[in-house]
Amino acid sequence: MTDNTHSPVSGVSPERLSPLHREHLDAGASFTDFAGWQMPVRYSSDLAEHHAVRTAAGMFDLSHMGEIVVLGPEAPDALDYAFAGKLSAVAIGQAKYSLLLGREGGIIDDVVVYRTGEDRFIVVANASNRAAVAAQLVERTAPFDCEVFDESDDIALIAIQGPKSFEILSQVPGIVVVGLAELKYYWSTPGQFDGHEILVARTGYTGEDGFELYVAPDAAPALWRAIAETGVGSGLVPAGLASRDTLRLEAGMPLYGHELGLTTFAVQAGLGRVVNLKKEGDFVGRAAVEAGPGEGARVLVGLRAAGKRAGRADYPVLDADGTEVGVITSGALSPTLGYPIAMAYVDPAASEIGTELFMDVRGTRVPASVTALPFYTRKAN
Amino acid sequence: MADRSTLKYTSEHEWLDVQGDIATVGITAYAAEKLGDVVFVDLPSVGSRVASGKVVGEIESTKSVGELFAPVDGTVTEVNDAVVAAPELVNSDPFGEGWLIRVNFTELPSLLSYDEYNALVGE
Repeated sequence: MTDNTHSPVSGVSPERLSPLHREHLDAGASFTDFAGWQMPVRYSSDLAEHHAVRTAAGMFDLSHMGEIVVLGPEAPDALDYAFAGKLSAVAIGQAKYSLLLGREGGIIDDVVVYRTGEDRFIVVANASNRAAVAAQLVERTAPFDCEVFDESDDIALIAIQGPKSFEILSQVPGIVVVGLAELKYYWSTPGQFDGHEILVARTGYTGEDGFELYVAPDAAPALWRAIAETGVGSGLVPAGLASRDTLRLEAGMPLYGHELGLTTFAVQAGLGRVVNLKKEGDFVGRAAVEAGPGEGARVLVGLRAAGKRAGRADYPVLDADGTEVGVITSGALSPTLGYPIAMAYVDPAASEIGTELFMDVRGTRVPASVTALPFYTRKAN
Repeated sequence: MADRSTLKYTSEHEWLDVQGDIATVGITAYAAEKLGDVVFVDLPSVGSRVASGKVVGEIESTKSVGELFAPVDGTVTEVNDAVVAAPELVNSDPFGEGWLIRVNFTELPSLLSYDEYNALVGE
């Protein structure tokens, strides 16, 4: 048997370790290389971890992600120029999903930006793009009165996701957060854990309610253990990157390197709303975005199939004649829904909801129909 | 569950329980662990001829796809329908209820011993 889509980590490697590595070893994690980091791919069962997040709660170590602080009186203007969105309009405490565009209109990274003060923003970047984002921000903000600090090495990140996240987090001993119950989706608030400053955000990447906790690396292990001990009775489990990927796929959330990249325009990925063409002034990528990606550019769609056989990244999508009309970017047998789901870029003519297509699954044609994203939406509380 | 120390192994992380001219074939716990939760198993049909080293089936997890290679030349005499219906058996009992196929083989190729396989996977 060979595993042809995933290379297990073996032997000695130069990968970076999370400040929570000891906790992962103690919990029996299997590791995978992720952007140069050794991160937990699963602890025991990725399906069990997935279901725990949908029905109770899961806890993820995201310490590999990049945190880049932009500080200074002109930081709001600088970020309006650097990013596709109007970040100057973000209130203190609020968070916003945004895109760092290239001059040609492609996507250098997708980020969440938190405004933590009148003149202070934290840009949370994908681990694989941390250096590129930091370098671009230094360059793009140079004309403005502000400074850029890559604080990634000084910030650990723990996410708690799932319907029981609030119930658990509100009971963790040592955490002091004023107004946690009132904290709205995509807002953050400062807090404390055992005397350490933390930032608590109601954000996530799973399609469930949840929180992300930014904490000093020294305090992260104690916080991890405190959440684990508090949540175990409510069904909280540590969850790895395998379940994180199936959770975000069900929730229709793009993953950089799969749905997003340097040759992707936001509008192709269904993220046209993230690019604010109405804001005053220039921003990097504006001219290219206004020109558009060109006629016939493929667009991102959801696909659902019957049976159990999933399409995977890079598998072709065919029409009824067998002509290739697209390519899959992410796919899995949905653990929650029980049928195969995929995201794919397809020709506009093949992108209407309900269009019957085929996934070429290693030579076998599997019927799949275009369906609306997201595949899964949580029930309102 | 078969006694792992008496089984034969391949470098493709499959095990064989050889009884006379019948080999029962499955994947090792190491392989199952690396795949993650198995959600789909595709096996050859009974009576099909298989050739050593050729792909005869697929084992999919949520995250990846593994190919099942025929470890011997021969004819499939039995497939494990239980594992097709409940692929999680590959994870829960890879050396027992998670067996995959039985092959009536003509000749046994060179295979790894328990110790040799453990050395291969570094355990």
